[in-house]
Amino acid sequence: MATAPVHHETHDDHGHARAGFIRHYFFSTDHKMIAMQYMFTGMAMALIGGFFAYAFRMQLAFPGMDVPGFGVVSANEYNHLITNHGAIMIFWVAMPVLIAAFGNYLIPLMIGCDDMVFPKLNRLSYQIFLLSALILIASFFVPGGGFAGAWTMYPPLSTKPEFGLTPLGATLFVVAVGVEFVAFLLGGINFVTTAMNSRAPGMRMYDIPMVVWMIVIASILFMGSVGPLVAGAVMLIFDQNFGTAFFDPTRGGDPVLWQHLFWFFGHPEVYVVLLPAVGIVAEIITVFSRKKLFAYRTVLYTAFGTGVLSFMVWAHHQFIAGIDPRMANIFTITTLLISIPVAEMLFVYIATLFGGSITFTTPMLWALSFIATFLIGGVTGIFLGASGADIYLHDTYFVLAHFHYTFFPIAIIGTFAGITFWFPKMFGRMMNERLGKIHFWGTVIAFNCIFIPLFVVGVAGEHRRIYDFTNFPELARPALRNLDEFATISLLVMLAFQPIFLFNLFYSMFRGPKAPKNPWNSNTLEWSADSPPPHGNWPELPRVYRGPYEYSVPGREQDYWPQNAPN
Amino acid sequence: MATYRSPHIQVVAEAPRTPLVPNGVMGMLIFVFTELMLFGGFLSAFIIIRSGAVVWPPPGQPALPFEQTAFNTALLLLSGVMLFVTRRRFDRDRASARTPMWIAMGLAAAFVVLQGREWVALLSQGLTLTSSSLGSFFFMVIGLHAIHVMVALGLLARSHWRLRRGWLASSQLGTTEVFWYFVVGVWPVVWLVMYQ
Ligand SMILES: [Cu+2]
Repeated sequence: MATAPVHHETHDDHGHARAGFIRHYFFSTDHKMIAMQYMFTGMAMALIGGFFAYAFRMQLAFPGMDVPGFGVVSANEYNHLITNHGAIMIFWVAMPVLIAAFGNYLIPLMIGCDDMVFPKLNRLSYQIFLLSALILIASFFVPGGGFAGAWTMYPPLSTKPEFGLTPLGATLFVVAVGVEFVAFLLGGINFVTTAMNSRAPGMRMYDIPMVVWMIVIASILFMGSVGPLVAGAVMLIFDQNFGTAFFDPTRGGDPVLWQHLFWFFGHPEVYVVLLPAVGIVAEIITVFSRKKLFAYRTVLYTAFGTGVLSFMVWAHHQFIAGIDPRMANIFTITTLLISIPVAEMLFVYIATLFGGSITFTTPMLWALSFIATFLIGGVTGIFLGASGADIYLHDTYFVLAHFHYTFFPIAIIGTFAGITFWFPKMFGRMMNERLGKIHFWGTVIAFNCIFIPLFVVGVAGEHRRIYDFTNFPELARPALRNLDEFATISLLVMLAFQPIFLFNLFYSMFRGPKAPKNPWNSNTLEWSADSPPPHGNWPELPRVYRGPYEYSVPGREQDYWPQNAPN
Repeated sequence: MATYRSPHIQVVAEAPRTPLVPNGVMGMLIFVFTELMLFGGFLSAFIIIRSGAVVWPPPGQPALPFEQTAFNTALLLLSGVMLFVTRRRFDRDRASARTPMWIAMGLAAAFVVLQGREWVALLSQGLTLTSSSLGSFFFMVIGLHAIHVMVALGLLARSHWRLRRGWLASSQLGTTEVFWYFVVGVWPVVWLVMYQ
């Protein structure tokens, strides 16, 4: 642990040729550079995760076909693809981009300091994260292939080689997840300490922008929930390699124990990634409706309340794993309760929009679609939280559609909202609005076309872990098969729209029109720095005079009032 | 924190606030929070497995030496007290803090050695990592705690080294203290849950 007062690295090798380049891009301790490293690594992993989804969706819609770019998907490959799609999208896309990338980029800039309090720990965090991604990718190439026992790693699929078919792959998978948690632990320590100790003079608790609060709360949730999972992961690795029997009922163990340890982390994890996205949306809708955030403190307390409640709902994942029905009742109640604070946050956002002068820029479209799609995700969760309904719906495509309606708004829509909103600050240039809107509509409409049919096939009883439905005549009815094909074609459409974003991103990065300091007329501190901000962010650190959401204040000439403007 | 500024900033109008809790201490507190949950995870897993067992300890396995370990526990707790003394002396007269620091390190080292002897004895009685769920949990959790004690020893040794050279800042000692108290404080809980 770094205990010494932290000195910043001197970047005096700037502008010098090759050696400087390596140092600048790979060994920088600058929070903005580390944020970019996390973001681009996350995006690269998203391409892998998306490709996996493409391969197994093609197999589901057209069983046995020779998938272009992949080949015929065997049953074991299918399991490998779904396992790693889930793990990659949650652990190597949603977490690094939403928490690590946005947290690193935004926290110092929005609270008005020059860097994280532990810059070297921060750099180490990214390096460990990169290592974890490499371990995961390496696991695809070991004898027997990558792990194929679902991202939840339930024993005995994850412990017994005769089920998992890949002893080394299974261990590497658990190790990769564990190593990644170390990276986020270091990051989270940095985020919380920085936000508490390095705020600009004058910035009180209630002057902190919502997205910073949300990332801080998410970090605390992560650190509170990850311990039991790490304990479980250690036990799993012992079971896999050292002959222990923690999860083996024939030798005194308990397989459901793993499910408890996993979901004690797994459910708060939803809120770990949800809260940063909710924070990003808060920043965007206030700027583009020119209104103060409705009930700032309520949102903040609600987020804390959601965080506390999220530790008490995990067993809704074990309703049919043989837990005591009385326990199921308790977890039904807590699960239904948690929908109240989340709904409240969405209502607060709608109240913020109400009566505002709304501009439909690309980031605003993403933010609004977050509210709409996450609402569907939340409402369908209520059916699954009720233990009675869950007995029928468990492990059907209904569950799958539900959590994609939560994770897609969080990880994909939230990320696109954040990138399009802060792009001018990050790269000093503007993105193309028309391309941005084409990409937005193509992605969001196609997304709904993928998953609404999957709700239907789920209610009709399609089980989510079946490799080839033609083996089950009662599920291979033409009506359901057509919906499955429609979902897969919608996925192809959605993927086809993504190069537009990548083109817009890289083209605008180098060729877009130069961005002013504050293109959206926003209040928060990051917009008072140059675009892009230099090392150290400001020549003179800012001072804060008011809260972050003073828009359309009566009697002022301008409809915004920057936090650092004395009057 | 006067050192909080970056070299390429020429003027800092006003240094950021002096934090209530120094950065290192706060970072360590957050880390310890995660550690508490980690041990909580292991211990609750142990309680679940144990309560599901028909006979405990499992057939053919020795019971853990509860009373004998009480002595080790006392040694470790005493090392916590000695670190407390270290802090009080450090605040008054830095040089005088070195002796209690040595004693704290010695007590913790004795704890590790005695626990190691206990491991050897239990191994010879047939308790191994794979002999039963008791053995699995015992070597995993107690081993994890032993690693923590050794890391804490390393941190304190570094603090001592800095103290001897006159570099030890109060916040650095504070960071070590947080971890040390965690390692000392979590042990009686582990002992009561696992040995009884
Ligand atoms: Cu859940």
